[in-house]
Amino acid sequence: MSTLITINEIYYLIGVIVMLLVGMTLRDKGNPKRLTTALFWFLFGAVFLFSDLLVSSLGKPMAYRIIGVVVILISLIAGFGLLSIGTYKQRSAEQRQASANQYGNWIFVPAILIPVVTVLCTILLKGVAIGGVYILDQKQLTLAALCVGCICAILAGWKLTGGTPLHAVRESRRLLDAIGWAAVLPQMLAMLGGVFVAAQTGKSVQQVVGLFVNPENRFMLIVIYCVGMALFTMIMGNAFAAFPVMTAGIALPFIIVGQHADPAPLVTIGMLAGYCGTLMTPMAANYNIVPAALLELKDKYQVIKVQIPTGLTLLAANILLMYFIVFR
Amino acid sequence: MDSSILLPLIGIPIVVAGFAFRFNPLLVVTVAGLATGLAVGMDFGMLLETFGEKFINSRSLAVYVLILPIIGLLESYGLKERAQDWISSMASATSARILMLYFILRQVFGALGLTYIGGQAQTVRPLLAPMVEGAATARYGDLPQHIRDKLRAHSAACDNIAVFFGEDIFLAFGAVLLIDAFLKENGITNVEPLHLGLWAIPTAIAALAIHMFRLVRLDAGIQRDVNAWKKSEAKEVAA
Repeated sequence: MSTLITINEIYYLIGVIVMLLVGMTLRDKGNPKRLTTALFWFLFGAVFLFSDLLVSSLGKPMAYRIIGVVVILISLIAGFGLLSIGTYKQRSAEQRQASANQYGNWIFVPAILIPVVTVLCTILLKGVAIGGVYILDQKQLTLAALCVGCICAILAGWKLTGGTPLHAVRESRRLLDAIGWAAVLPQMLAMLGGVFVAAQTGKSVQQVVGLFVNPENRFMLIVIYCVGMALFTMIMGNAFAAFPVMTAGIALPFIIVGQHADPAPLVTIGMLAGYCGTLMTPMAANYNIVPAALLELKDKYQVIKVQIPTGLTLLAANILLMYFIVFR
Repeated sequence: MDSSILLPLIGIPIVVAGFAFRFNPLLVVTVAGLATGLAVGMDFGMLLETFGEKFINSRSLAVYVLILPIIGLLESYGLKERAQDWISSMASATSARILMLYFILRQVFGALGLTYIGGQAQTVRPLLAPMVEGAATARYGDLPQHIRDKLRAHSAACDNIAVFFGEDIFLAFGAVLLIDAFLKENGITNVEPLHLGLWAIPTAIAALAIHMFRLVRLDAGIQRDVNAWKKSEAKEVAA
């Protein structure tokens, strides 16, 4: 069965938007490193526009190798500080205030359309097909729905302000430049996770931890599992990556089998102990570093610093909750 | 101990040291990946393949690029200004109260599976942060950048914490399904996803209590920051 809006088309749309921004960057004489900045975003956009084509024409191994080289180039450009921020024709503060007064709370409508349309499409278009064609990609329903939400929002914004979709893309360059290299970090971390899986890093962690564990001390086992989840999540940037490693290495053999703990609360709270780690690491880039860039904070680590007190207190709370619940 | 079990761990100190010395994170991650792959004897071509495959397969992480155009457009037509004016007109709105309300809504919606209501690009930058700043400027007048940054960082933190410790209650959320699959794979078959969601509730309540306690103290903290700043300003003028 075919699909009207597939996830691949959404990737092409991202690629097209990024390429438009590349063109604008090339023409931006005010950007001191416009050529390398444009090259960085061109390589990033090319992955979205051309990787399906590469896979279908060259086969997976060759296509993946080429993208692998592209990824290394991207990290070299960023690593040698060759990215910079452009100059933008912006409406003045007076003009913005005048528009704000003119539109009143209507200005919120397009922004609120994004989540509302996304949720409605996710609920209403699940499994919906017309004439044998699914309207939205069923495997990535929320993403497809989010894309519909963004398009509705752009159209509503166009109608409200008279600023065209192209104008909207032009305005977005300011935001993407502010995010900069952090835009690519989440995908880079997924990549590192893939290498760790291939290298069986998890097994090594398990063996090393096994050397220090006293299997009779229940409280200590709980502390090691929770703190281990948080620490390994901080390194991997993702609790999902830490979960199988720590749970198979510590929770399963020592706490469930060895101490007959109740498995459901044990592993659920274990995952949530990992989330405490997510709050405290720059590796969770899309939660901690991208927002700092989006909000134009001078200190890229300020979001993390604000989250650390809650993260640590909640980790302690999780240890106590786990100890009293799983051995009740 | 066989030292070869340590080789796959080489990426971990590289990541930690790379961040400590403030090298560019993209470079740090790439070097850690290369070092780990080569240390365990992966062929360089295969390593490149792993890089490319994972990078392509995680393209969905970049969908927020789609949100930027509309946010950029609305901002150029006064979205932030309107958000600030609107909040300033409410006498009872303080920065901390707005954050508390947002935290509760975000956690409740997350628990119902509506995690896409909210988010850093779609709500924090265009709406929440300007409102929180607006409430503070309505109270104290124009504020210096470091106090604004603190309010913005708190806005981002609220969104993260509320959604992390709300969404696990919802059964169809990825983490619950991942845990369920892991348990079944390891021969523990008497656990239903419903139980997993229920056991996320105590932590959700703890997260709510801990963060609310911090937010209750935030307004007083901002007041202190503003006083300290005004004092140092006055000193500069006097000097």
